[in-house]
Amino acid sequence: MIAQKFEYTAPKSLDEALHLLASGAKPIAGGMSLIPMMKLRLAAPEHLVDLRALKDLSYIREAGGQLHIGATASHYDVESSALLRQKCPLLTETAAAIGDVQVRNMGTIGGSVAHADPAADYPAALQALEAKFVLQGAKSERVVGATDFFVDAFTTALEPGEILREVIVPIDDARTGTSYQKMAQPASGFAIVGVAARVRQNAGKISFARLGITGLSNRAYRASASEKALEGKSSTPADIQSAAALVAQGIDANSDLHASADYRRHLAVVHASRALKTALSRIA
Amino acid sequence: MATTTVKTETFVGKRIRRREDPRLITGTATYVEDVQMPGMHYAVILRSPHAAARIRSIDTKQAVAAPGVVCVFTGKDIKGVGAVPCGIAMPDLRVPPHTILATDRVYFVGHPIAVVVARDRYLARDAADLIEVDYQVLPAVADPEKALAKVVKQRIVSQRLVPMAMETRGVVAEWHGADRQLNLYTSTQIPHLVRTLVAGMLGLEENRMRVIAPEVGGGFGSKLNVYAEEALTGYVSMKIQKPVKWIESRRENFTCTIHGRGHVDFYEIAAKRDGTILGIKLKLIQDVGAYHQLLTPLIPQLSVLMMPGLYNTQNIRADIVGVFTNCVPTDAYRGAGRPEATHGIERMVDMLAAELQMDPAEIRLKNFVTKDKFPYPTATGLVYDSGDYATPLKKALDLVGYHKLRQEQADARKQSKYMGIGISTYGEICAIGPSPATPAGGWESATVKIEPSGKVTIMTGACPHGQGEETTFAQIAADELGVGLDDILVLRGDTAVVQYGIGTFGSRATAVGGSALYYALQDLKAKIKKFGAMLLESEDVTLTGGKVICNKTGNSKSLQEIAGATYRALKLPPNTEPGLMATRFWEPPNFTFPFGAHIVVTDIDGETGQIKIRRYVAVDDCGNILNPLIVDGQVHGGVAQGLGQALWEQAVYDDNGQLITGELMDYAVPRSHMMPWIESHHTCTPSPVNPLGVKGVGEAGTIGCSPAVVNSVVDALSPLGVRHIDMPLTPEKIWKLLATKN
Ligand SMILES: Cc1cc2nc3c(=O)[nH]c(=O)nc-3n(C[C@H](O)[C@H](O)[C@H](O)COP(=O)(O)OP(=O)(O)OC[C@H]3O[C@@H](n4cnc5c(N)ncnc54)[C@H](O)[C@@H]3O)c2cc1C
Repeated sequence: MIAQKFEYTAPKSLDEALHLLASGAKPIAGGMSLIPMMKLRLAAPEHLVDLRALKDLSYIREAGGQLHIGATASHYDVESSALLRQKCPLLTETAAAIGDVQVRNMGTIGGSVAHADPAADYPAALQALEAKFVLQGAKSERVVGATDFFVDAFTTALEPGEILREVIVPIDDARTGTSYQKMAQPASGFAIVGVAARVRQNAGKISFARLGITGLSNRAYRASASEKALEGKSSTPADIQSAAALVAQGIDANSDLHASADYRRHLAVVHASRALKTALSRIA
Repeated sequence: MATTTVKTETFVGKRIRRREDPRLITGTATYVEDVQMPGMHYAVILRSPHAAARIRSIDTKQAVAAPGVVCVFTGKDIKGVGAVPCGIAMPDLRVPPHTILATDRVYFVGHPIAVVVARDRYLARDAADLIEVDYQVLPAVADPEKALAKVVKQRIVSQRLVPMAMETRGVVAEWHGADRQLNLYTSTQIPHLVRTLVAGMLGLEENRMRVIAPEVGGGFGSKLNVYAEEALTGYVSMKIQKPVKWIESRRENFTCTIHGRGHVDFYEIAAKRDGTILGIKLKLIQDVGAYHQLLTPLIPQLSVLMMPGLYNTQNIRADIVGVFTNCVPTDAYRGAGRPEATHGIERMVDMLAAELQMDPAEIRLKNFVTKDKFPYPTATGLVYDSGDYATPLKKALDLVGYHKLRQEQADARKQSKYMGIGISTYGEICAIGPSPATPAGGWESATVKIEPSGKVTIMTGACPHGQGEETTFAQIAADELGVGLDDILVLRGDTAVVQYGIGTFGSRATAVGGSALYYALQDLKAKIKKFGAMLLESEDVTLTGGKVICNKTGNSKSLQEIAGATYRALKLPPNTEPGLMATRFWEPPNFTFPFGAHIVVTDIDGETGQIKIRRYVAVDDCGNILNPLIVDGQVHGGVAQGLGQALWEQAVYDDNGQLITGELMDYAVPRSHMMPWIESHHTCTPSPVNPLGVKGVGEAGTIGCSPAVVNSVVDALSPLGVRHIDMPLTPEKIWKLLATKN
C-alpha cells in the first residue's frame, strides 16, 4: 500500500493549475478515490496538481436563476449548505448519503463527478436535475449536459488537460418534489442501486418527471421510459408501480459479489417506486 | 498518637473509567510503527500472486541493483532458521513443513517469497516490483468440501472471517551483535511465547532475546500466533547488523494474517417427542488453509468440547476433518471454536423446536442443566464450574417482553409482514485453562512490587492489550492494599520487564492473571502486616485503608512508612527478608464457564430483503463483575463482531484461490452507524474456580450473537417454510427466499 513516486504542486491560481494539467499533470481533489488507487498501484500519476489549494473553487451560490457549485465543494459543504437545502434539497440529500463522515469531509463534488464511478451517488441526482458541467481547459471553456457527460464506467466527456470547474443545477418551484433512495453496499457505502426522483405536479397530474439511476449499470442514466410513462398520470400507486417497473428496461445490469444483476434490477424498481412516492409526498 | 482515619473508598465493582484510554484516544500511544531508531532499515516482502504454483526461478538482480537497496533474501538464502511452529500435537496430525520464505512451491496468495531491505520503505517497495519470479501455475483448491465426498444432513456454515485488527501486524528487530542481543518489537498477544519460539527458530539463546509488545491495536486472536515475519525480520537484522522495520499493509493483513472460522458442520440432533434432547452428532470440516499455524488444529477441538452447550445430554459424537486449502491458514478468532459450536447447537435446537412445534424458549428451559447439578461433568470431558441457565433466559424474555412480541408477530403475519424473535442461550469455555488441557501452560503470573515510596507496580504476564486490565488490576490491588488507583502502575508486554507469562486470549487475563495478582497481593499483605506489627510493637494489628493499625492503641503506620522500612532494613521481623515484592504463578484448577441469553427482534423489508434489528437484549453471566463499564464495553465489541459475521462479513476466495474480498471496500466490517442499540444486562453466578469469582467476558458477545440473529431471521421467514440460512444474511439471500417461497 505504498504509492509510486510522484511530484506534487499546490497551484496558486487556476491558470497555473490548467497550465500544469496541459503538460500532463493529473488533478487531485479530495483524494478519496485517487489515493487508494495509487496505493494499490492501479494508478501511478507522475505529477499531481491539488485543486483544493485553489481557495475560490469551493463556492456554492445562486446566480441568474440557477445554482452554481464549485468543483472543490466537499460533500459536507453541499450537505450542510442552507442555500441548497432550500433551493435544491435533492443535492443535500444525496450528499448526505455518500460514504461516511470522513469521506464527506474530504471528497468533492468535482472529484466524484469526474471520477464517474458507476456506483457513485451524485451522478443519479445530477442526471435527474439535468445538471450542466463547466469544463475548462488552458485555452477554452465549454458546458456539457449530464446526459452527454457520463459516457461509461470511469469515463466522462472530460478531455485530457481539462478540469471540471463548476456544476450548475436549476432551481425548481414549489410544485416540484424530489427524493434520493439508495441501498448502500455495506463495506464501501457506495450505491448498490440509487435512484433520484424529481417530479412536478399540476392540477393533480404529473407534468414532469426525471429519474436518475446509479449503480445498476456502467454509468448513471436517465430512465426515460419511466419518465414518459409518468407524465400526465395522476400518481396512483398503480401509476407509480407501472412506471417504476420500466426503470431497468434495456439496461445491462452489473453483477458482482454484493448483488447479482437480477437483484440489482429488482432493487432499481423498488427504489424508483419509493423515490417517486417520497418525492410526490414532498410537494408542498 | 497517629491518625486512625481509614480510607474507605473501594474500587472493585464500580464503573471506573479506563485508565488506558487517554493515551489511546489522544493518539499518544506507541505502536510498533511508532518505534524509531537511528539507522533504521525497512523490509518489504514480495508475496505470491498465485494460490498454487511451482517456483521455477527467482531473479533478484535488478532489485539488488535498485537505488537504496541493501539486500534481498529469497527462501534459498535463508539458512539455519526453523519452521513456523504449530503448537498442537495429536496422533495422525499432518503438519507440513512451513518455512519462513517459500522455496520451490507456493500454497496461497500472499505466501512470502522474498524480502527486500532498503534505507527507505518507498525504495524497498519499488524494488520489490523488480524481482522476477517464474511461476508454473498449478490448480488450486479453495473450497474444503471440494476435496471431500458428499454427506447430506443439516449443513451449517461458519464462514471464513478476517479478524481485522485496526493495527495491522508489524515488527521492528534490533540486533546488537556485540552483546549478542536481539530486541524484537512485535504486535502480539503473547510476547513470552513469541520469544521462546522465535529464539528457537533463529537458533538464539532465549535469554539473548527480548520481545516487546508495545501498544497493540487489536488482536482478536490474530496476534495469538507466531508468524514467519517475526523470525524473518529478526533474521534480516542479525544478517545486516542494523535495525529493521516491517509493517504489514492492510492488503497483506487480509491475505497473510490468519483468518478465523471456516467451518462446515453437519449436525444431527435427536430428541424425545416431548422435546428432551437425547444426543447431538457432528461432522466438522475445518478449512485449515495452507498450513497449520500455532493453534489451527485446536480450534475445532474447542468446538467439539463446547458441543453440549447448556443442555443436559450425555450423548455426543463428533468427527473432525481438517482439509488443507490454497488459502491463508485459519486459527483463533474471537471465540475460537465456541462461536462455531454455539451457532450449530443453537440453530439445531431451534430446528428441533420447530419440528416439534414447541416454543424455542420452552425447549431450552426444558433441557438446561439445572442449578443443582453443578459441578456438571459433560460428555466431552469438561466439568462446568457453576451455572444457573434459566435465570438469564427468563430475565431476557422479561426484558424483551416476549409474550407481547409473539402476539405482535401473530398479527404481523396476518398482514404478511416479516418479524422475527430469535433466542440464543450460549455457554462458553473461558479462563483458559488448566495446564494439562492447554498446549503451552495454562497458568498465569503476576509480580507486585511496592517501591520504597509506597507506590505499587504490577507486572502481569498476561499481556492485556486494550481489554482494560490496566484499570481492573489496579482496582483489585487498590482494594487489597487500601491505596488509590493513581498509586498503581500496571506493566505488561516486555519480556525484559515482566516475568514469564502466557498471554491474553480465551477470556483468561482477569480470571487467571487477576488471580495470580490476587495471590501475590496476599503474600505482600502478610509481609506488610509483619513489618507493621514490628514497627508498632504489637501482634494485634489490622491492615486496612493503606495502614497497619494496632488494635489496642489505635496507633498506625502507613504503607509508605512500612515500605520505606522494608527497604531501609534497619530492623527485620524474624525470618523475613528486606524488600516488598511478590511473584505468583497461578495454576487454575479448572476452566470457567460463563453463559447467557441473547434475544434479537428483527423486521424484514419484504421488498428488498433488508434486515433491521429492532431490539438486541443481552443478558450475560460472567460471574463477579469487577468493572461494569468495561464488561459492557466487551459485550458491545463482541456483539459488533458477532453481527459482522451474522450479517455482513465474509472472506471469499474464488476458485483460483484469489481473495476477492481483499480490501475494506469489499469486506464489510461493521461500523458504528450499522450497530443497533444493545441492551446489556447481567446475572451473577460467581465462579468457584478462582478467588475473584470471575469467569471472563471477552468473547461472550460474539458467541451469543450470531445464532440469535439467524434464529430471529429464520423465525421471521418460517411461515414460508424456511428452516436454515447460512451467514452472512445478505439482503439478496433473503430476497431470493422471499421470491422463491412466496
Ligand atoms: C471509504 C469510502 C467510501 C465512499 N463511499 C462513497 C459513497 O457512498 N458514494 C459515493 O458517491 N462515493 C463514495 N466514495 C467516493 C468519494 O465520494 C470520493 O470523494 C469521490 O468519488 C472522489 O472525489 P475526490 O474529491 O476525493 O476526488 P479524487 O480522489 O481526488 O479524484 C478522483 C478522480 O477525479 C479527478 N478529478 C478530481 N477533481 C477533478 C476536477 N475538478 N476536474 C477533473 N478531474 C478531477 C482526479 O484526477 C481523479 O482521477 C467513497 C470513498 C471512500 C474512500
